[in-house]
Amino acid sequence: MATPREIAVAAEQRDIRNRWLLSSPALIIIFLAAIGPLFVVLLYSFMLKGDYGDVKPWQFSSDGWFGVFLQRDIFDDTLTIADAHISIFWRSVKLSLVTTLVTLFLGFPTAYFIATRPPQRRDIWLFLVTIPFWTNILIRTFAMQEVIRNEGIVNSVMIWIGLISAPVQIMFTDWAILFGMAYVYLPLMVLPLYASMEKIDFRLVEAGYDLYATRLQVLWRIIIPLVKPGIIAGSILVFIPSLGAYVTPRVLGGGKNMMLGNLIELQFGQGRNWPLGAALSITLMIIVTFALLVYVRNASKSGGSHG
Amino acid sequence: MKWKLTAALAGAAFFAAAGTAHAEGELNIYNWGNYTSPEMIKKFEEAYKVKVTITDYDSNDTALAKVRAGGHGFDIVVPSASFVQIWVKEGLLLESRPDQMENFKNVDERWVNLDWDPGRHYSVPWLWGLMGTVVDTSIYKGDINTSAIWLDPPPELVGKINVAPEMTDVMYSAIRYMGGKWCTDDKEVLKKVRDKLIEAKPKWIAMDYGTIEKFASRDYAAAFYWNGAAMRSREQNKDVRFGYPKEGFAYFMDSAAILKDAKNPDNAKLFLNFIMDPENAAMISNFAKYANGIKGSQPFMDPAMKDAPELNVPAEFQAAGEFLTTCSPEVTDIYAKIWQQLLK
Repeated sequence: MATPREIAVAAEQRDIRNRWLLSSPALIIIFLAAIGPLFVVLLYSFMLKGDYGDVKPWQFSSDGWFGVFLQRDIFDDTLTIADAHISIFWRSVKLSLVTTLVTLFLGFPTAYFIATRPPQRRDIWLFLVTIPFWTNILIRTFAMQEVIRNEGIVNSVMIWIGLISAPVQIMFTDWAILFGMAYVYLPLMVLPLYASMEKIDFRLVEAGYDLYATRLQVLWRIIIPLVKPGIIAGSILVFIPSLGAYVTPRVLGGGKNMMLGNLIELQFGQGRNWPLGAALSITLMIIVTFALLVYVRNASKSGGSHG
Repeated sequence: MKWKLTAALAGAAFFAAAGTAHAEGELNIYNWGNYTSPEMIKKFEEAYKVKVTITDYDSNDTALAKVRAGGHGFDIVVPSASFVQIWVKEGLLLESRPDQMENFKNVDERWVNLDWDPGRHYSVPWLWGLMGTVVDTSIYKGDINTSAIWLDPPPELVGKINVAPEMTDVMYSAIRYMGGKWCTDDKEVLKKVRDKLIEAKPKWIAMDYGTIEKFASRDYAAAFYWNGAAMRSREQNKDVRFGYPKEGFAYFMDSAAILKDAKNPDNAKLFLNFIMDPENAAMISNFAKYANGIKGSQPFMDPAMKDAPELNVPAEFQAAGEFLTTCSPEVTDIYAKIWQQLLK
């Protein structure tokens, strides 16, 4: 006779087995569609480059990885740090960080505004935030050109109200890239911020005022600590795609300065150096994983404090 | 007897429709996007009862990678001059001997004996063009037939120049401008080339595709760009002129060839012969706005293109033009590194 405890254990085991069975299609798809190709990328990064693109199959070499960080000078053959790659990496990281900050500063009040509306009207505001997702990013970026062109909307309005006398060059500058990326990624910041603000018990804010806290103190000591998981989630959601951004720098930045996405594309196209391209892609992934680790660590810390 | 005519037309339409429905064969063309005249394809389909499918690519490297991967199902591909030899060396093309085809007599002698397909054993000219300087002459009135327009720009043009992000053409023009030869590995010359490019870059506004509307809106005053696009810019801004750089300019020519593993090689051969007919070649030109390599196509071309100064290289500049060969992997590697330093 099985004891009730044994029956419970068996039921639990069956339950676990069923869960695995039910999730296996998803796991197989993840393995085939995500991890499998990644493995190919990793493999390619260790092969010898083919003469006209592609790789020489099963001829291994560390040239690709070597090229990520170091280069042999084309003129005097000395070994130096690959400064071109490093400045492109740095530009990407810098622009992504600034984009994250800009979207945070714009998104925070927006999310606060939505979260403090009466519940039945919040859905309408959220719906408005998601409208840009209905249109393809390429089309939105080209529309942005129309806004910031020398004879575009921004310049015409500024000239009309007499703020400036000649058009300001915004197109094809880093400002244009920043402008475009902040626009594209703003909803990704607003939504997680809203999700954590919605849960705030606003009686805490009232309590803060009752105890003579200033507005700044309420924001800094009550609201921000409670919204922290949303800030982190939003920042990650904006930072990671910004790092690999390809369309916006290409269309608004005028292509004069590469970002990481463009550098990788060059290796698979005109540069004909697939192993280097593969190694650069993996380097980008390592940076992203690192950013995610920081997130997970912070999330578990703040998650412990208030569920 | 109007009803008879109507009946006859209806009958003809019926048979034509039945003809395409029961197409005797297929042809799969793999070509650059927005490059194949639908009118010409329709004519071919009706003449040979073949159903044509067109698939686009956006770069030579993309096309090569896809065909090399296998399982593509294409019959015809249209690589650029500098890539034809790679396709041949990689064993991807069928030696279809277009030079023995009936319409080969129409091919302009200028485009027959070329380094990348001597005597045309593999490929047939599709369209050709070149990269040169495009200048808004209401802003700059000096000599435009020089690469100095974008490598040593006059003050009027500084900050208003777009350079097409084409590694090969930019490197070629800069090397010729500094007195070198294409595919050179002379470190002295290459150092000057790199320094010149890096010195010139802050004077450019962009390195981008799509110049036609930007000349119309006067966002650009000059460009290093293709001649066909220059002609279309002129149609929208009458001050735009195209210059043939005297230091040297590179032709491009895309040529149609049959893939070795084509499923419909006979239809593909019919097609190669078909596009060497002057009227059909003119259809391709009229659609894509570039010149073709077929003699006698001129009368069938759009009036605006027939005498366009952008499409007809003046005799005095013809000697400065050449086709680019594919450099050795070592040299390509050096050029790619200079290019990366330029775009960093």
